[in-house]
Amino acid sequence: MAGPDDQPKTGGAGVRAGRVAGLGLLLLLTVPILIAAASPLQSYRSIAYVSGSLAGVTALMLLIAQPLLAGGLWPGLTRAATRRWHRRAGGVLAASVLVHVGGLTIASPADAIDALMLVSPTPFSIYGVTAMWVTVLTVLLVVLRRRLPVRPVTWAWLHNGLALLLVGATVVHAMMIEGTMGPVSKGLACAAALVAGTGIIAYLRVWRTLRHRA
Amino acid sequence: MQKSSLNRRTLLAAAGATALVAGPARLLTPAMASGRFAPTETMRGGANNYMPNAPFVDRLGKGFLMSGRVMRAGDGAPLGNIRIQIWAATTLGGEREPRNHGSVLTGPDGRYQLEMEQIVPNFGQPHAHLAYDDGAFRTVFLRPVMPSPKDTSLTADFILDPA
Repeated sequence: MAGPDDQPKTGGAGVRAGRVAGLGLLLLLTVPILIAAASPLQSYRSIAYVSGSLAGVTALMLLIAQPLLAGGLWPGLTRAATRRWHRRAGGVLAASVLVHVGGLTIASPADAIDALMLVSPTPFSIYGVTAMWVTVLTVLLVVLRRRLPVRPVTWAWLHNGLALLLVGATVVHAMMIEGTMGPVSKGLACAAALVAGTGIIAYLRVWRTLRHRA
Repeated sequence: MQKSSLNRRTLLAAAGATALVAGPARLLTPAMASGRFAPTETMRGGANNYMPNAPFVDRLGKGFLMSGRVMRAGDGAPLGNIRIQIWAATTLGGEREPRNHGSVLTGPDGRYQLEMEQIVPNFGQPHAHLAYDDGAFRTVFLRPVMPSPKDTSLTADFILDPA
């Protein structure tokens, strides 16, 4: 992952400890996905529905990882490596949203179309659909980065704004659903996503900017 | 019998307490208040995964009881011999699983009931689907939500409007 040019300045033991912590964090983020996979509800569902539901949980967990990667705070990775992984994880996040919506559409077209047309009886659908469109906008923002006539600072603010909207909408969506996620791991994951998202933007856009000026 | 009226009272209390309330309570409220029986309206998403003419069944499994009353709009007279079609996601599979679809007839007192497998949360809410779709009265599709996925019974009443 990390190239020779971007090794951390700490010694060998520090690097190793950081990598172990990074790996540990990655494993920790998979726990809620495993809990959802082990839910008895999954055994009553079609493969499309199971894939769709687990892709949704995966997307939620990536919302915890993304701010840490964006802020260069993932343990064991250099700044350059975290930037690369932030981009890759963004791709996986977009793919997860696609599998989530696609899987649910195959599982029950009528329910999925109701949700997408904003006429679903379930109040959480509107937050899910909002999160989906924010994901689409973010993908466009990233893909068209060089072609958009906006300054890098403005681009960063746009990206942060969409990210906050995405986290907020996703958390409400997830919390209102009675599904396969464990109630404890879901609550913790949603809290972590909110803290990571808002915390990192405060850190990057306020704290670090002020320190630069000082 | 007792269960049904108790359940409706609970739902009515819930209707006062929250805006996010199951349809039957909301629909019954004006009827109760004005002393007449206003027709039940079709609920959002009620017809999703409907497969017309579900076969008549004695039961669709065991452990979960779906029941309710069917009345005539206006005077609230019980309607017997009315076909109610029922489907839901259960431990047997999703809403499109044929084993989760069945029809029952109401008795002379307007009541119907169907024992089935445990209903499980589907698309984020534990709920059932019911249909009256036989022409003599206006078609109604219901989608009642269980207050808890652990519930082992659910009631849904129909007040039908002559077509």
